[in-house]
Amino acid sequence: MTTSYELDVNGVTYPVTAEQGKNLLSVIRENVGLTGTKEGCDDCECGACMVLLDGQPVNSCSYLAVQAQGRQVTTIEGVMEGPEMHALQRNLLEAGGVQCGFCTPGMIMSAKALLERDEHPELDAVRIGLSGNLCRCTGYAKILAAVEATAVELNP
Amino acid sequence: MSFTIATTVDEVLVALGAGARPIAGGTDLVVGARHGKAALPADLVAIDRIDELGGVELDSAGVRVGAVMSHAELMSDPVIVGSYTAIADASALVGSPSTRHVGTLGGNVMNGSPAMDTGAPLKVLGATAELRSVTGGRTMSLDELWAGPGRTTADPAELLVALHLPPAQDRCGSAYVRLEYRRAMEIAVVGAAAAVTLAADGTIASAAVALAAVAPTILSVDGVDEALVGCTPADAGSVAAALASEQAAPISDLRASDRYRRHCIGVMAKRAVDAATRRADGESIAVPVNRSLGIGAA
Repeated sequence: MTTSYELDVNGVTYPVTAEQGKNLLSVIRENVGLTGTKEGCDDCECGACMVLLDGQPVNSCSYLAVQAQGRQVTTIEGVMEGPEMHALQRNLLEAGGVQCGFCTPGMIMSAKALLERDEHPELDAVRIGLSGNLCRCTGYAKILAAVEATAVELNP
Repeated sequence: MSFTIATTVDEVLVALGAGARPIAGGTDLVVGARHGKAALPADLVAIDRIDELGGVELDSAGVRVGAVMSHAELMSDPVIVGSYTAIADASALVGSPSTRHVGTLGGNVMNGSPAMDTGAPLKVLGATAELRSVTGGRTMSLDELWAGPGRTTADPAELLVALHLPPAQDRCGSAYVRLEYRRAMEIAVVGAAAAVTLAADGTIASAAVALAAVAPTILSVDGVDEALVGCTPADAGSVAAALASEQAAPISDLRASDRYRRHCIGVMAKRAVDAATRRADGESIAVPVNRSLGIGAA
């Protein structure tokens, strides 16, 4: 049985008609049509599906879309500032913190939430902030460096 | 099929009375449904936007902790970190930042996992659970609430609205530590919480130890108080360790053998007592103890 409701994604209100038990990830990808958010493990382990809910990171694979009503959902598509890449995106590119790229949207969402609550995180705080995101390519060092560079750039 | 976002407790209680199930962060419910553990209930009532179910409030009887306090809120709440530190130690270890933002104390308690991180801290700190339904309310000990792995004695029409903690004593401290194989998205292999009060001469005046993931429910270690009273801080940990290993009734599973769990629970009990004693003596050990003292995964 389907249910109809509205979702605020990246500041745009979308009408959604979907199964009540459909997860936020699938609604974002299939109903809203934004496919930057990735399905990795589909088990709340890997963080590829990370989005922000009222600014806080949430594994969208394991969160009911109906429960996001009335909250602001931010996906990787909402991170760009006009035509400009967000500093996190640019620094990840410059540091080589991207290989296959599948984890990158989730990494950026977790890092963005971290930097919004901690402007000058210690390296260990960056590690904890990204601890719900797995990357099987990079070995993490360059990702951590990119987040640290972004903190310095945004909050000199 | 229905999904209601409730704004008052009364609204939730009516929905539960009509057969709906509550959902807060959904970290157990939704993941469990996706694993085929239990189908997602047809009728759900969201309880995560109800002010009455949040907050940490001091009252004459101690502290009331709202059931939908998230782990992220608990690990940085000044009252919890200051006086009920073991809970903050535990909340800071749950899952990842995203799990901690949506996962709640009430969800942890009512999911009833024997490996839950907040359970042992709540027990050593003397927590009671306040349940409400349309027909009234009752408060019970956690021993009365937890019936077995994933099972509680709460009626499906009852909602856990708050946990109550007695007033903090002078010169008391608490800590929770766990054995883990990695630092995030982990479940305790075994875990131990301790609460310690020191006498004026620096010996132990009272103590409690509780254990996670070594029995069908969170296990209070019998005889700890009697055995530890009068002990010096240097001796207390080892005494607690022996009792913990002796009383543990662990299972073997893919995470650890029963023998390994029985050995390691003693180590964790000692570390929990040592950290709680140091905090009781006024030392500041940052939350979570696992990270501050390098316990668990590197």
